[in-house]
This record gives sequence, C-alpha cells and structure tokens, in this order.
Amino acid sequence: MTSPVIDARDVHVRLGASHVLRGVDLRVDAGEVVALLGANGSGKSTLVRTVVGVLTPSQGSVSMLGHPLGNGVPWHRIGYVPQRVSAAAGVPSTAAEVVASGLLHGRRLALPRGWRSRAREALDQVGLADRADDATSQLSGGQQQRVLIARALVREPEVLVLDEPVAGVDRPSQEAFAATMTRLIGSGLTVLVVLHELGELAGLVTRAVVLRHGKVVHDGAPPRPHGGHDATGHEHVHPHTSELPVQAPEVGLTDGPLGTGSTEVGS
Amino acid sequence: MSEIGYMLTDPLMQRALVAALLVGVSAPVVGTYLVQRRLALLGDGIGHVALTGVALGWLVGAALGLVPDDVLAIPGAVVAAVVGSVLIEVVRRRGRTSGDLALAIMFYGGIAGGVLIIGIAGGSSGNLMAYLFGSISTVTSTDLILTVVLCALILLVGVGLRPALFSVSHDEEFAISSGLPVWALNMAVAVLAALTVTVAMRVVGLLLVSALMIVPVAIGQLVTHSFRRTMAVGSVIGVVVCVVGLSITYWYPVSPGSLIVVLAIAVYAVVAGLHPLLARRRPARDPHPDIPDDVEVGTTSEAGECER
Repeated sequence: MTSPVIDARDVHVRLGASHVLRGVDLRVDAGEVVALLGANGSGKSTLVRTVVGVLTPSQGSVSMLGHPLGNGVPWHRIGYVPQRVSAAAGVPSTAAEVVASGLLHGRRLALPRGWRSRAREALDQVGLADRADDATSQLSGGQQQRVLIARALVREPEVLVLDEPVAGVDRPSQEAFAATMTRLIGSGLTVLVVLHELGELAGLVTRAVVLRHGKVVHDGAPPRPHGGHDATGHEHVHPHTSELPVQAPEVGLTDGPLGTGSTEVGS
Repeated sequence: MSEIGYMLTDPLMQRALVAALLVGVSAPVVGTYLVQRRLALLGDGIGHVALTGVALGWLVGAALGLVPDDVLAIPGAVVAAVVGSVLIEVVRRRGRTSGDLALAIMFYGGIAGGVLIIGIAGGSSGNLMAYLFGSISTVTSTDLILTVVLCALILLVGVGLRPALFSVSHDEEFAISSGLPVWALNMAVAVLAALTVTVAMRVVGLLLVSALMIVPVAIGQLVTHSFRRTMAVGSVIGVVVCVVGLSITYWYPVSPGSLIVVLAIAVYAVVAGLHPLLARRRPARDPHPDIPDDVEVGTTSEAGECER
C-alpha cells in the first residue's frame, strides 16, 4: 500500500573503469530490517553509498521515501553510518561536535537550539555520554564507530543505513548496539545494514540480500551461516591440527597447495 | 606609556593596527577549515596566484593610464585568488590530478606569471616586493574600508556557517548523505581562503600569508580538543601576534610581516614545549570503560598470588 522506503531499480555503478554494480534491484519496505551480505568487493558498500546519494548510478534509478535521489529527498528522516573514517583529521573535534553535525540536513545549515543536549542524548544511546567532550581521536576504534552511529541517530531518523557498523567492535559493544537497535526497531525504524556476518543482529534481521560480483544472488530469508565454532550445536566432525602432529608442519614446508591441511573453512 | 599614546594617535599607525587586528581575527578562522581538510598549503598556492593578479591589475591600470598605476593591483589580486582557489577545488573534486601537484603548478605559475606580467606592464620585480612581504605602513583609508568589508564577510560566513562547514570538512560523504549543499559549501571555503589571502597580503605579504592562517591554528589544536575552541584560540593568538608584532615595529625598524610570523612560530614553540609539562601535572585518569568483556581471565585469588 505504501511506497517502499528504499527502492533501487536496475542500478549500475561504475567507479572509474570498474563496473561495480551490475543491475541491482533492492526494495526495502517500512519496518523491515534488511541485511546486505556478501564477500569483500561484492559491491555492498557501493550499493549503500549509492542509496544515500554519495555515488551516482550510471544506469537505473534510486528513490528514498518515495522521492528520486536529489534535493527532494527528506534527508532528515534518513540516518547514514559510513564505514569508519580515519579520525586523524587535521583539527581535533569533540564527540559532541561530530554528533551535532548529524543535526544538519538539506538547507538547515545552523544547529538548532538545544543541540548540546540532543548530541549528549544520542551519545547516551551508544553508551558514550561521558565522553561527549573528549576528542574523537582519543577514542578507541570501536568507540569512534559508535560516535558515527550516534551522529546518525541524533536526527531521530526513520531509516537507518549502516555500513558495517560492528566491524572491529568487541562483543559487549555489539550486544549493546544490538540492544539499541532492538529498541529503535521496536519503535518502527527501517534498517538497511551491511554486515559480514549476522552475529548479534541475527535475531533482528527480517530479510537478507546477498551480493556477489555486483549482482543480487539471494533475496529472502536470512541464510543460515556456516556454523562456526561459536555456533550453537556446532559439532566437530573434522580432525583438528593438534590431532595431526605429523602433517601440521608440512603445510609450511612442502610445495603442496596451502590450505590442504587447514581444517576450518568458513568459520 | 606616553610612547604608546603617541603610537595610538598616529593615523598611519591607527589604520595599520585596525587592519592587523581584523586580519589577525579572520585568518585563523579560515585556516581552521584548511587544516581540517589537510590543505594547509592552499593559502600559499593562492598567495602565489594572487601575485599574478597584482601584476595583471598593474598591467590593466597602466594600459588605462590610471594614476597611480597600481590602483587595480588589489582588485586584480582578489580576482586571481578567487579564480585560483576555485580551480584548485575543481581539480580536487575531479580527483584526476592530486591536490599537491595542482598546488605545485600554482606555486610556479603564480610567481612566474607575476614577474613576467609586471615586466610587460613597465615595472620591475621590485614593484612586487611590497606585495610579497607586506606593506602595512602604507594602508590607505580606501584599503582599510576594503579590509573591513572583506573581514566582516569572512567572519560572517566562517563563523556563522561553522557547523555546516565543519560537517563537509570533517566527513564529506556524510554531508552528502545529509543532503547538504556540499558543492556550495566547498566553494565557500575556497572563496573564503582567497579573500583571506588578499586581505592578509597587506599585513604579512603573499609569501607569508599562509603562516597567519595556519600557525595560530596549530597552536590552538595543541591546547584544546574541540574544533570550536581551536578556532577561538587561533583567532586570539592571531590578534595578539599581529598587534604586538606591528607595535614593536613602531620602535624598531624591522619588517612587520616577518616579525608577526616569527612571533607566531615562537608562541607555537613555547606552547609545544610547555604543553607536555602542563599535561603531566593533571592527574592521569583511566580511559578504560568499565564494561565486561568476553575474555576469560583467571581472577581467582590463587592467580593473583602467582603474579606476586
């Protein structure tokens, strides 16, 4: 009945000489939590960067919240969390200052009244309220990532587009992030999130889209990941290297193909 | 004390002091954005191009028979600086040529063009010296009005649009995804830099212009964590070194521009030297968040005793 929140049709994106996306269709409806999966270089980041208007498709169309990409899109209803940028910018900036820049959008070029408390609230949602006045360069990598999430949340978006929000973030922080997301999704947030593995977010994801070589190869129920050691019910059916004391050193010494002796594929 | 009174009643000195004050406030404001974008040398590139503008203004003035023949030098510098900085921004956006190559070409082209054109205009490269090294003692009332107007514009845009300019300078991709007019904001920074160069040209000269934009910011970021405060500290330092430097030249016949820049670098050296000492006096605090992690470490009393 309602128009889709994100509607990308036959999107092709070329970056220089490489044809990164080759006809991607992606539709995300209100209230969905869609995970975008795929190997490195499959085009996941390129797709989300196209969806939020950073890259221009060479062919195809993208609309957000019913408006084709451009000035008509209500950007204040969309929050984007890019992959972590290097914090080593030339001039120091506090976490609150970085978060406050999320309050600007479209033609709003000045901070609204009360931006300080709003920035602090957003930082509180990611558990960093006490670091609001610290330089972002003094925060750890995972904390910097959370500052970027707070920057997207501060405008209270209806749609959140995240590019690997939990890459390099420790397990407790991932759990805290999942808890925050659960609360926001409960209040009606629509999410498109690039992930390497479903991890802590597995319970929240309603649909998964898998990219391979710039094309969608799966669109539907979240795929069951290959059970790793951490998966519940994982059974060791293969021998471990410790049980193969004679073969183990050979891997590095012989000319045979590397990896034949390895036991864990896809864990 | 009365010596200072004499200085303050000297109309020549009054104009120079007002110009120094305004430039001291505005140059670091723009410099903060340049440092943030890792374009600290952009001011130098623009300064060199402005030299060609000075010479072109001179050439046009001479051709039109205007008196004095350098009346168009400053408008020429403004135009050339704006064109040059907009070109750099376009090159940076295209990303074909790296920013530092484009800057290098501007450096050489600016100086060579300036010297070549001033010769054609019937002058000598000596005529350019006042622009290269500053000539604050020759600030006329007209110059002062132009300085006031341009500095007001720089402060209005540079401070008024700070959140938006910070956003594009900090993370351009996020700014695009927020629907901000990124192109216009980038151009605003480029034009601000060009105007600052031409305004500061009178005080410290084109060759040292960039120092006034960058060194106070370098001092500011030593002593604060915040973008806003870095800019504020930079401006205060800018004013202090400009006014103090200029005042000293009232009694000692040295070049004001060079003195101001040397003062700024001296302040930087002192602050950089003292900063670790001051920082050490603050009690160290534990930056580690008090949250559980997923690493199992033996914390039984037995393990504790083993460590001892």
